[in-house]
Amino acid sequence: MAHPLEKLTSLKESLRALPDRDGHFGRYGGRFVAETLMGPVEELRVAYERYRSDAAFNTELQSDLRDFVGRPSPLYRAEHLGRELQGARIYLKREDLNHTGAHKINNALGQALLAKRMGKTRLIAETGAGQHGVATATVAARFGFECVVYMGAEDIQRQAINVFRMRLLGAKVVPVTSGSRTLKDALNEAMRDWVANVDDTFYVIGTVAGPHPYPMMVRDFHACIGEEARSQVLMAEGRLPDALVACVGGGSNAIGLFHAFLDDETVRLYGVEAGGAGLQTGKHAASLSSGRPGVLHGNRTYLLEDDAGQIRATHSISAGLDYPGVGPEHAWLKDIGRVIYDTITDAEALQAFHALTRTEGIMPALESSHAIAYAMKLAPKMKNDEVIIINLSGRGDKDIHTVAARAGIEL
Amino acid sequence: MSRLAGTFAALRNVHRAALVTYITAGDPDKHATVPLLRALVEAGADVLELGVPFSDPTADGPVIQGACERALRHGTTLADVLGMVNQFRQTDAHTPVVLMGYLNPVEAMGAEKFAAAAAQAGVDGVLTVDMPPEEAEPLTGLLKARGLDSIFLLSPTSSRARLKRICETASGFVYYVSLKGVTGAASLDVKDVRDRLIDIRRETRLPVGVGFGVRDARAAAQLAGFADAVIVGSALVSRIAEQHGGLVGISAGLREFVHGLRTAMDGVRGTEAVNT
Repeated sequence: MAHPLEKLTSLKESLRALPDRDGHFGRYGGRFVAETLMGPVEELRVAYERYRSDAAFNTELQSDLRDFVGRPSPLYRAEHLGRELQGARIYLKREDLNHTGAHKINNALGQALLAKRMGKTRLIAETGAGQHGVATATVAARFGFECVVYMGAEDIQRQAINVFRMRLLGAKVVPVTSGSRTLKDALNEAMRDWVANVDDTFYVIGTVAGPHPYPMMVRDFHACIGEEARSQVLMAEGRLPDALVACVGGGSNAIGLFHAFLDDETVRLYGVEAGGAGLQTGKHAASLSSGRPGVLHGNRTYLLEDDAGQIRATHSISAGLDYPGVGPEHAWLKDIGRVIYDTITDAEALQAFHALTRTEGIMPALESSHAIAYAMKLAPKMKNDEVIIINLSGRGDKDIHTVAARAGIEL
Repeated sequence: MSRLAGTFAALRNVHRAALVTYITAGDPDKHATVPLLRALVEAGADVLELGVPFSDPTADGPVIQGACERALRHGTTLADVLGMVNQFRQTDAHTPVVLMGYLNPVEAMGAEKFAAAAAQAGVDGVLTVDMPPEEAEPLTGLLKARGLDSIFLLSPTSSRARLKRICETASGFVYYVSLKGVTGAASLDVKDVRDRLIDIRRETRLPVGVGFGVRDARAAAQLAGFADAVIVGSALVSRIAEQHGGLVGISAGLREFVHGLRTAMDGVRGTEAVNT
């Protein structure tokens, strides 16, 4: 069914056409890595260009997304939450129901299939909350790759369950003790591993950041989220939604949901960053809301840094959002005003975690709870016949220790 | 003629390979850097590479990461580093100084302001590790306009086409990374490096330096047999990290090590380098 808007937007330049050949989204993105990695990055770009349009590759990917991951994920109408808020109709895109419990598996699967075709035998990954690490360890087990996951020593402590899951899956989890001992340092360490093992190793980056082609490739592997949601909402409501809400750390689940809707001008897009203890305290991870453009981890994007260009330590209750940068496509979408980026504090996210658990019987990841919290503010201001889709990017089981600790309960 | 070109030309005339030493600015503290630079020159360094500390040095191994962390603990900024070069220039007008670091501190200062301030301070060249030629403008152009060289890395993974492109963009010298890995990684394969240098010299008349993994006098001497410059970093920085006895002790330790490198390198007259 062709929507009237599609005709209208086709007259203008699509917002879905970027990046350019060198990986630029406007002034953002690009390839900022040491020379030793330029060869491997180029090898990856060429391989991905070849296989993204390869019929056999896509057949295998689609088949595994269906039978191994469990796609399409449902679009669930959260009637009870909606009734309490007395406003817009709320839908949840249930990425939490995917195999391994989060959206991360979409991308890990895609990259593993690519690694297989490139003849690589070893997968490495960085992880914050552990969701991407678990997803990578899972596909490594399925396809028989050796797997090493770098994880900040700080995060290893607060995500003990995921660490054990990765080990059960046969992955080696390496604690990273340099710098701030969190996600950014895990990324540094993974890049160092890659540069030393370029011949047999494929670096599975878990978010829409890094040197080109990663931001584009990871987005493409997650674009199924928005494509499914778009046809599901058209089926359920007979029209496009009025608003989409997703949390943004590196930004992979958000870009996955948003991308299919970028040219639908009537759909408002909201990206929710980790406001931590509040922007004024400096203890947060909101690079788009309070950072400035710079270069880190292979791309130009918004960063949290001091006046001298040193990357700042970040804070969020959710390890998955605890990152001082953000994908370059988000940086561009912010500058052109297509997506509104705002923040939710730790306390608000926690409140939303409990609200969704109690009203719908769905326990969201603390990352996704940021999106829920924002939608809970948005919905009462909207009309009853308006529609919001929230990306429920992951399930909250991994976070119960954090939630309990906040309530003063020892498990 | 630029200080870098002058230094390499003079060394070529006497059939010697240049000894390039790297230390991280502000390590172990801000006041140590200028005296250490002077000590390195007195002990036989021909070109000084001065590391600009960065919070996320992804191309560096644990030794230089440690140096960055120590320097940042004292709040060493890019502006401080330029101040150190300026101070060094008060007593040394001829030893070339090359800044080596990552792009973000430069962008935070502003590329134009950096180029002007670096020229003013007496910097001769800039090597920005995470800035390949594809992303090198506007910085390279701004530096060139101020008479500063842009040094680029070449690696074992660089294709023929990339070698060509990098050599066209580079000035001063080119820096061949002798191994696949981070700074200070496992020892290099000398024969492999020798073969690669032959390929590189087909593309450029610029001096070719070799670094990453040069750990001792023996490796330095082997490389001096065919490279235009031997670059030693982590081996020096680890001596700074391990040395006790304050600045005097560190300085003495570095002098002894660098003197050993110099003597070993001069024992091997660089013939291949001269004949190209």
